[in-house]
Amino acid sequence: MARAVTQQRKIINTTAAWVIGLLIFFPILWTILTSFKTEATAIADPPVFLAFDWTLENYTAVMERSNYAKFLWNSIIIAGGSTILGIIIAVPAAWSMAFVPSRRTKDILLWMLSTKMLPAVGVLYPIYLICIKLGILDSRVALVIILMLMNLPIIVWMLYTYFKEIPGEILEAARMDGASLKEEILYVLTPMAIPGIASTLLLNFILAWNEAFWTLNLTAANAAPLTAFIASYSSPEGLFFAKLSAASTMAIAPILILGWFSQKQLVSGLTFGAVK
Amino acid sequence: MSFTTKLYAATAMTLITAGGAFAENLVIATVNNGDMIRMQGYTDDFTEKTGHTVEWVTLEENVLRQRVTTDIAAKGGSFDIMTIGMYETPIWAANEWLIPLNDLSAEYDADDILPAMREGLSYDGTLYAAPFYGESSMVMYRTDLMEKAGLEMPEAPTWQFIREAAAAMTDRENDINGICLRGKAGWGEGGAFITVTANSFGARWFDEDWNAQFDQPAWKEALTFFVDLMNESGPTGYATNGFNENLNLFQQGKCGMWIDATVAASFVTNPDDSTVADKVSFALAPNTGKGKNANWLWAWALAIPAGTQKEDAAKEFLEWATSKDYIELVAANEGWANVPPGARTSLYENDNYKSVPFAAMTLESINAADPKNPTVDPVPYVGIQFVAIPEFAGIATEVSQEFSAVYAGQQSVDEALEKAQALTNDAMEAAGYR
Repeated sequence: MARAVTQQRKIINTTAAWVIGLLIFFPILWTILTSFKTEATAIADPPVFLAFDWTLENYTAVMERSNYAKFLWNSIIIAGGSTILGIIIAVPAAWSMAFVPSRRTKDILLWMLSTKMLPAVGVLYPIYLICIKLGILDSRVALVIILMLMNLPIIVWMLYTYFKEIPGEILEAARMDGASLKEEILYVLTPMAIPGIASTLLLNFILAWNEAFWTLNLTAANAAPLTAFIASYSSPEGLFFAKLSAASTMAIAPILILGWFSQKQLVSGLTFGAVK
Repeated sequence: MSFTTKLYAATAMTLITAGGAFAENLVIATVNNGDMIRMQGYTDDFTEKTGHTVEWVTLEENVLRQRVTTDIAAKGGSFDIMTIGMYETPIWAANEWLIPLNDLSAEYDADDILPAMREGLSYDGTLYAAPFYGESSMVMYRTDLMEKAGLEMPEAPTWQFIREAAAAMTDRENDINGICLRGKAGWGEGGAFITVTANSFGARWFDEDWNAQFDQPAWKEALTFFVDLMNESGPTGYATNGFNENLNLFQQGKCGMWIDATVAASFVTNPDDSTVADKVSFALAPNTGKGKNANWLWAWALAIPAGTQKEDAAKEFLEWATSKDYIELVAANEGWANVPPGARTSLYENDNYKSVPFAAMTLESINAADPKNPTVDPVPYVGIQFVAIPEFAGIATEVSQEFSAVYAGQQSVDEALEKAQALTNDAMEAAGYR
């Protein structure tokens, strides 16, 4: 009897998970479907779900009008660069906070997080002026640095949480075996924290990929990534939803594929240490 | 010829050749609308003629506004040409952020620019932005529904006629709304529409001493009329409808009338997108007999920021994009209905263009708009659907949010006007106008 209840609960849970999953995915699915409609079908009332004449004309129009490869390359460099740079800085920082905490460690962690509470627009003008002075306005370097700084608190926090789960005795043993600090972090700590580091990498890559304030405000013709590519198809005076959907699909496709292939690492990393 | 002479000649030839081949790469910030995207497709023609290349930065209107404002205020120099509107032009020109366009070539024929557009894009009598296309607003209505209602649309209808016609055309069972109007918050969306409506009722934003006027009877009359009209004959949820939402409704045959930008005429008469393309006609924006129609004036124009290092090449582009030749180029390839409207007098004298169904009414609507005298009573500002001061965008966005809350049934007309009066006066006081 108890087994039957468990089975029933399993079915309910699975169904609920699918329903919630589909609900969350529906806007993306709708965007993908709309990208294959004509502009007239895209705004049809009642909306057409699947029974329409599928067309690739929006993708053709978008490819003709925009240099997709350039936007994509900029996105990869900016998201990848800022994430890797962030990890390089955050690993030693999180190590020191997790294994050799001072009296002020908790305060520093909170203070770091508090920087995320400042609305980005509040520092737009000073950062814009700094970029002009340094000659890095509309450059990938500027965005790599700024996005890294914006995401650094999250990276440090995530890594700190993962590192706290690792017994300090293991690192102590490595030190007793003669490992230097660099060797301890590189060859002992990092391999043990791989799931955590991988999920931090992925999450921050996604955050940087989707970042649409700094990437729109600090770029023009050279360093604009896919967020600017999408913005170029949004219009308050004219119905171009099908083309906008095609551009959005092209912009999210790489990150969607990446997320799909790395979902195991992402989930294991995010739930790391969740059950004690 | 001596060796020295030959050397001089060779040097001169080299310099001339090098000078002729000195090509620039221009970065142009623009909005995503049909005419601007079409222009991007013809960039090769400009490159062929001048040797200059062009890179486009296309952004949504509000994002573009924020982006170019930041850049020009900080002297970032990211753009060589910016697409700006009538609101920004006089403010930026006053700040010396734009290069004056007082030395355009004789072939360009700057005198051909429609007077209303020239006026709106000038500061102290000097042109600072060249209009790429211009628009006013007008009534677009369904001829079949109007006939079914047994009514005939006058060329210059009153608001009372519009209300009666809207009620007669409304058919809730068949999902037909007598009228579709903007209610969406935002100074350029619902804020623009209610401002021109109020102008026609004799209201104004400020008196001559910059005191807010929302406590005056004309504003109450205008806002009450608008709310009653929309509740009687408008679509449900109109508080969140802007240009695109109403365009969609009209194209789907769900509006008897739509009062909005003249540029929409080419969309609603295009059989590829509109289900009612052959049943649409046009009339002037309504009035109340007080001498002002409820129509606005707007232009998307090209301007050169003061920080650019490529002023000459930028001027060449600006002349090319807003020239008579460009209009001919588009007409030859895509037909006269698709040329950028509302910028040049000669376009409306062209016999080919006269046959376009919305041409005459567009011109008449533009000519009916006077940005220097937008209201019945005198005002200290320029602008019809906006007030050309830097503070206006922020104030009007807040005011339009209060009005949208009325449309959504969340507060009364009196409450909204009271809040609008207070917040406007506070902001004007803080800015030093009062």
